[in-house]
Amino acid sequence: MLEVTGIDAGYGPVQVLRGLSLAVRPGEITCLLGRNGAGKTTTMKAIMGLLPLSAGRITLEGEDIGRLPAHEVPRRGIGYIPQGRRLFAELTVAQNLEIGLMTRNSPRHVLARVLDLFPRLADRMGQRAETLSGGEQQMLATARALCLEPRVLLLDEPTEGLQPSMIEAIRQVVIRLKSEGVAILLVEQRLDAVLSAADRVVFIENGQVRETAGAVDLRARPEMLKRYLGV
Amino acid sequence: MEFGPYLMLAALEGAVTAAVLALMAAGLSLVFGVMRVVNVAHGEFYMLGAVLAFVVAGMAGGGALGFVAALVAVPLIVGALAVAADVTVLKRVGYDPERTIVATIGILYILQQVTLMGYGPDARPVAAPFNQRIALPWVEWGAGGPSLYWPWGLSITSYKLFVIGAAVVVLAGLWVLMTRTRIGLVMRATQLDRETAQAFGIPVERVYALVFGLGAGLAALAGVLIVPIQQAHYLMGGDALLLSFIVVIIGGLGSLPGTLIAALLIGLSDGILSVFFSPTLAKIVATLLVALVLVFRPQGLMGKAPR
Repeated sequence: MLEVTGIDAGYGPVQVLRGLSLAVRPGEITCLLGRNGAGKTTTMKAIMGLLPLSAGRITLEGEDIGRLPAHEVPRRGIGYIPQGRRLFAELTVAQNLEIGLMTRNSPRHVLARVLDLFPRLADRMGQRAETLSGGEQQMLATARALCLEPRVLLLDEPTEGLQPSMIEAIRQVVIRLKSEGVAILLVEQRLDAVLSAADRVVFIENGQVRETAGAVDLRARPEMLKRYLGV
Repeated sequence: MEFGPYLMLAALEGAVTAAVLALMAAGLSLVFGVMRVVNVAHGEFYMLGAVLAFVVAGMAGGGALGFVAALVAVPLIVGALAVAADVTVLKRVGYDPERTIVATIGILYILQQVTLMGYGPDARPVAAPFNQRIALPWVEWGAGGPSLYWPWGLSITSYKLFVIGAAVVVLAGLWVLMTRTRIGLVMRATQLDRETAQAFGIPVERVYALVFGLGAGLAALAGVLIVPIQQAHYLMGGDALLLSFIVVIIGGLGSLPGTLIAALLIGLSDGILSVFFSPTLAKIVATLLVALVLVFRPQGLMGKAPR
């Protein structure tokens, strides 16, 4: 579905990704693992078109999206939940969701469906996003991305700093999306969450993919975690 | 005439200044708020508004019709020119905060000198479409209780009232645009987080071009409104730019309500101090206010401290 082939990308003169390749398949959770600075978030931003590619291709169902202007990428059906949530802090919950809906001109029933997944947001529609609790903010960031009815969902550390009940709520939603056939790319630090939910794990180091393993293999060979993550 | 009527006269003159200043500063504040661009050429868009008002009004045959034609057409022309400047200059320097300052200084001189070459160094007026003198009453406590009387010299023209009213209507419209419409939502999202806005399909560069055009259009509208009171001159942008910066710094960069409050404060103090003391003292006080704000509340009256 989403194919990243040999991309080079970085910030200005600083190259971060060096010939990185990976594939994200529908109905699967692909997890990016790596130490801090390995290039996980940079990969996400490169897919979203927020960083220019100096080499390589990114295709979504065969269409080359790697050279599109950044605002065209989400319109192809890629929902992005950035690290640190990146909500529009001074806008209300309803306005944040409205921006998600506007991305692909989603019909109104999409909003009802999203609020059905996160009923707590429905009670807070008029509240400014910055006044929500951390868990509610993460729900809103997720809900905003789901307003696109995405074919591919990119989640960058969705459980960072959340209490266990919130983590579980987010996890349930991700698993439900997977069962609906959404292709999911996940960056996550908490290994237990990854090992229980992911289908495939991609280890990256210095902006390159070192190894790709099925989650089943990984449970059989825990020494891989030690080698790439030091845990 | 006693003190009261004088004060009222000065306050009314100040309100006209405040109205024009609020329009202009709102444009400057919008451009800075959304694009983080300090537009040094903003005063020249105001000047172009005034100069083109003279040109367009002349072409349309002068009189009330000429003024209305200028009022409608000139902000659109200047807005389109600003969009062209955005796409050809500001976009090319990547909207970098420092480089856009230098770039807009360049635009300032280009606009000013082209106007000098084409329009000349003269100050030229445009006739107001209507200009009746309206005498205003004052309350007097006589033997039989309070009564109204019309002091000699206490008056305002209908055109000045129109300027105040037009500014109120346009600013209310701007407020509705920013808070109640989709395009306003898109502009605010771009202002709050440019990168995330792009990740949700907002064409940020098109929003920037629109905002730059809108900001310049507001300055041009202020220019058109002022020509029947002050004449159009190719150097008139300088003072207006300075006052707009003062207003925007006091109000808080990027805050529309703050801009309005500061425009009223500066406009009224300018009117009142100019009448009772001297215009120079008015400028001194305005500059002093900026200094005090920068020392004690650097984010401005309504601005938010950076988090």
